[in-house]
Amino acid sequence: MKTVLKYLQTYSFRAVVGMLIKFTAAICELLIPLLLERIIDVSVPEGDLAAIWRQSGLMMALAFGAVLCNITANRMAAWVSLEITRTLRGDVYRRIETLSCAQMDRFSQATLVSRLTNDTYNVHQMFDKIQRGGVRAPMLVLGGLTLSFLMEPILALIMLLICILTCLTIWFMTRRGIPYYTRAQESVDTVVRILRENASGVRVIRALGQQIHECDRFELSNVEACHQEQRAATTMAATNPLTEFLLSAGLTLVIIMGAYRVNAGLMPAGRVVAFLSYFSLIQTATIGIAKVFVKISKGVASAQRLEEILLLPSEQSTEQDTSTYTSEVGMQDVSFSYLGIEPNIENASFTLQKGEMLGIMGAIGSGKTTLVSLLLRLYEVNSGVVWIGGENVNSQDRRALNGRFGVVFQNSALLSGSIYENIAFLRDISREDALSAAKTAQAMEFISTLPDGMDHHVDIRGGNLSGGQKQRLNIARALAAKPEILVLDSADSALDYRTAAALYAAIRRDYPEITLIVITERVAPLRNADRILLLEDGRIAAQGSHKTLLQASPRYRRIVELQEGGAVL
Amino acid sequence: MKQKLPNRFLRFIKPQAVRFAWLLILVLLSNLLALLSPMLSGWAVDAIGKEAGGANFEKVFLYCGEMLTCYALSSLMNYWIAAQLIKLGQAVTHDLRKAAFDHLSRLPVSYFDRHPAGDVISRICYDVDTVNAALSTDLLQLLTSVFTVLGSAVYLLIISPRLSCVFVVTVPLSFFLTRFQMRRIHPLFRLRSKTLGQLNGFAEERMTCQRTIRIYGVEEKDQQQFDAINTEASRAYYKADCASATLGPSVNFINNSSLAAISAFGALMYLSGSLSLGSLSSFVLYSRKFSGPIREAANLLSELQAAATAAERIMDLLDEPAEEEDLPDAIAPEHLRGDIDFEHIDFRYTPEKPILTDFNAHIPAGSLTAVVGVTGAGKTTLVSLLLRFYTHQSGHILIDGRPISDYTRDGLRHRLALVMQDTWLLSGTIAENIAYGAENATREQIIQAAKDAHIHNFISSLPDGYDTVLTDNGEGLSKGQRQLLAIARCFLRDADIVILDEATSNVDTETEDAINQAMEHLREGRTCFVIAHRMATIRSAAQILVLENGRVAEQGTHEELLQYNGIYAAMHRESVGKS
Repeated sequence: MKTVLKYLQTYSFRAVVGMLIKFTAAICELLIPLLLERIIDVSVPEGDLAAIWRQSGLMMALAFGAVLCNITANRMAAWVSLEITRTLRGDVYRRIETLSCAQMDRFSQATLVSRLTNDTYNVHQMFDKIQRGGVRAPMLVLGGLTLSFLMEPILALIMLLICILTCLTIWFMTRRGIPYYTRAQESVDTVVRILRENASGVRVIRALGQQIHECDRFELSNVEACHQEQRAATTMAATNPLTEFLLSAGLTLVIIMGAYRVNAGLMPAGRVVAFLSYFSLIQTATIGIAKVFVKISKGVASAQRLEEILLLPSEQSTEQDTSTYTSEVGMQDVSFSYLGIEPNIENASFTLQKGEMLGIMGAIGSGKTTLVSLLLRLYEVNSGVVWIGGENVNSQDRRALNGRFGVVFQNSALLSGSIYENIAFLRDISREDALSAAKTAQAMEFISTLPDGMDHHVDIRGGNLSGGQKQRLNIARALAAKPEILVLDSADSALDYRTAAALYAAIRRDYPEITLIVITERVAPLRNADRILLLEDGRIAAQGSHKTLLQASPRYRRIVELQEGGAVL
Repeated sequence: MKQKLPNRFLRFIKPQAVRFAWLLILVLLSNLLALLSPMLSGWAVDAIGKEAGGANFEKVFLYCGEMLTCYALSSLMNYWIAAQLIKLGQAVTHDLRKAAFDHLSRLPVSYFDRHPAGDVISRICYDVDTVNAALSTDLLQLLTSVFTVLGSAVYLLIISPRLSCVFVVTVPLSFFLTRFQMRRIHPLFRLRSKTLGQLNGFAEERMTCQRTIRIYGVEEKDQQQFDAINTEASRAYYKADCASATLGPSVNFINNSSLAAISAFGALMYLSGSLSLGSLSSFVLYSRKFSGPIREAANLLSELQAAATAAERIMDLLDEPAEEEDLPDAIAPEHLRGDIDFEHIDFRYTPEKPILTDFNAHIPAGSLTAVVGVTGAGKTTLVSLLLRFYTHQSGHILIDGRPISDYTRDGLRHRLALVMQDTWLLSGTIAENIAYGAENATREQIIQAAKDAHIHNFISSLPDGYDTVLTDNGEGLSKGQRQLLAIARCFLRDADIVILDEATSNVDTETEDAINQAMEHLREGRTCFVIAHRMATIRSAAQILVLENGRVAEQGTHEELLQYNGIYAAMHRESVGKS
């Protein structure tokens, strides 16, 4: 909670001023009935017309003051809580962007979405309610207490005691509510997850006729979310009646104590009545306070969920390694495991010169993508060295390192937006560069047939493009910034043979300097590769050019035969 | 013409009407109980006596005891009421979410291409929550306020009809003021919900491509865009808050000024002798009673307004036109022979760009048909039409001689097995994912299917094996592994028509070869419709359709097409590298 409270600090001046204005408004509103009483009790019986007009006028003025102050205070409160939420949300987003891939793997996307949206909203509600409802009620309580102390300290002690007890109860209940709300938020994560899955998987779900199954699955999460929320809310709902009862018990105590004291002649009987009216004042005020604390309980639970992200340690650091390597790209005895159980890459070593082409082949799960991820330093190797541009990747700034690359991953996502925006992908890429990248990527072929060309709108997840079109847009995106190294991870799987061949030829023609790293299932593009790695269970089983491998690796030969015997269309 | 909000919303409130009425009565009762306690405390105070030594302790204790009982009862009752209200709110929340989701499952596929999931999430989570908050806390409070106000109003009328005239001015004034402001605020609230939905949509979309953002080093730009949309949403929120901040206080202002007016006029009436002092003071007393709840209610107005807007957004979602209903006499086939005919099909996603024009093809039952063509030629579109994700603009698709619209959508889809280019996995265990769409599959069957799909070894190598939990669409699995899982899923399904849309495009050659052998078994006696690039799959097809420009350009067996020496032959030459 501390981290989130720091956000309040920045705006504390405004918040305090706002609350002072709210305070003024409350005073105005409290003075109105007092004036009213004065008119009825004093001025009217005296028949003092001038005083009546004067006091009524003053009442109007106070009412006007109250409305002005209230509106200003409410607006200031709204501003403060929104600014807090806005910066908090921005910071959480920023933190998510700097999470390492290993950290991202630990949080599901659904929970990140839910934290960014639902939890920030709950925190907003909390700050808003504190500012709006947190002035009048405590003021009434404190006012009531002060007045009673002035009047009759001994009886007031009872009141103080009860008030402290009430505060403790509220505090206790709020604390008790937090874990319930944490669980409730977790169940909201599930709701979010299923909704996202149903949006992205709509075709498969429909094709398998699983709508009813999905409705049932959602229903389960829906019931669970309602149940958790209900439990949390019901727990918190006890606060109000409990405090109410505590206060009324105090009230009876005051009467009994009062009776003894009056009986003993220690105080006049009238004071008991006055005391009772203060007590009821306090009673009504605490109801409002309890309401605020429900929001606090929920807000704190959400704030903790946000802090969990904000306080994650940053994992990647640069280390000093001044040794240089003679080749552009390479690995030396690299081993890596995602989970630390079984190695996903074992003793991998290879080198690649600038402008060369590396092909990576291997069965499913043999570690092709993992190998490339290590080149990009998306994960840290367990042992061995990886270098890019002749320097250890661990000693390079991550940004600078990634800036050397253009990458197409298997699941690279398209954004809803124009084709041009998708190629530029948030970078400052001119239309000309995007256009020439699209040409090389063989994407112009279909872009030119679209009515709006480069401004054609791409639906969410590229829903209105075919698989091959999506892949070519991703390749154009990777090429657009003219990278030193181009990584294509199965980027040709949905391309027909002719297009794929044209693509590789165009890359060589238009970007002769580029170092190419290609993961593919197809032999054809690898014929010209300077080096091919054949992976088996995380180990490099064989490496060399197409010709060398044909001779040296029976496995490679078999793959070629399978494909040549039945080439790819 | 859209129905008005209350009418549309009513069906969600109706089931709760009885409970709500009960609660209302209970609240009134508890209010009465709360009135009883001051009376008792008054008696207790009376029993203390005025002078020292005059206290009647027996009575003091008696009344105090009664008071305590009274309070205890009212506390218990209040707790019960609060719990019931929460239940009611959650029941409505549940019904709203359920209705929204059920409706989502009836919306056409294209809806999900155009509407970001984040916005839908925003409606189902945030908007529903706002409605719930209003229902479970504000509404009842508002209604009890109405009762108190009405009750006091009757008293006021009895005491002094003439003085009550003040309210003839102020009550309608507050009413119109509220109405006027609500109207002004309404679009602001709509904007607030909309921008919040956009923010959620943005966040949702960008969470899916964090890795790409990382690799391209565009975090800053991404952050800027987020900040911009975040600021916009916050500003819209602030504007709505700002505007609604006037609502409560201004109603209070009228309320307070009516108190001032009463005191002034009341005093004048007393001075002119038309009102007794006692009546004046009780009139004022009741006016004050009147103003308390009004103040409370006024402060609730903005929340109710927010809730109304939120409810509207949920109703808008429910009003999205659903997929066309199945024909009333549509049948769910128990078995299909698998004859497929495309007759003069015209189809376009957008009016300007035709995808299929006068497309004709016959796929005989039990045969293997392969579809080839450059990407974007409309191969996947054929599958989408066959599965009725989209409806063609003209022509007929017949299965077993019946137009596909004669079958129920689900009935038809249940007889088809589809593996698509982009595989989709749900969060759950691997076993659940393979059995998805075949609920009754046993563990043995699942393992057999995984073996046939050549993914068993990989699964067994995982620490949790078949119980490994997948998240985020199988993040961490390669595309090839995901394709194999989808193929295993397909093996488990007892379908009559098998559709493979680039099902093995990311699978390595050796594995694919092995799968193809296993598939032969699957294909037996079934119609098979395959979109592929790889020769091994294509050449064994009984019929190959070459798609170009939205129609079938060439058709025949591998040998026939090679002899024909057209597009297919050219493609083949290129593919074997003998151009």
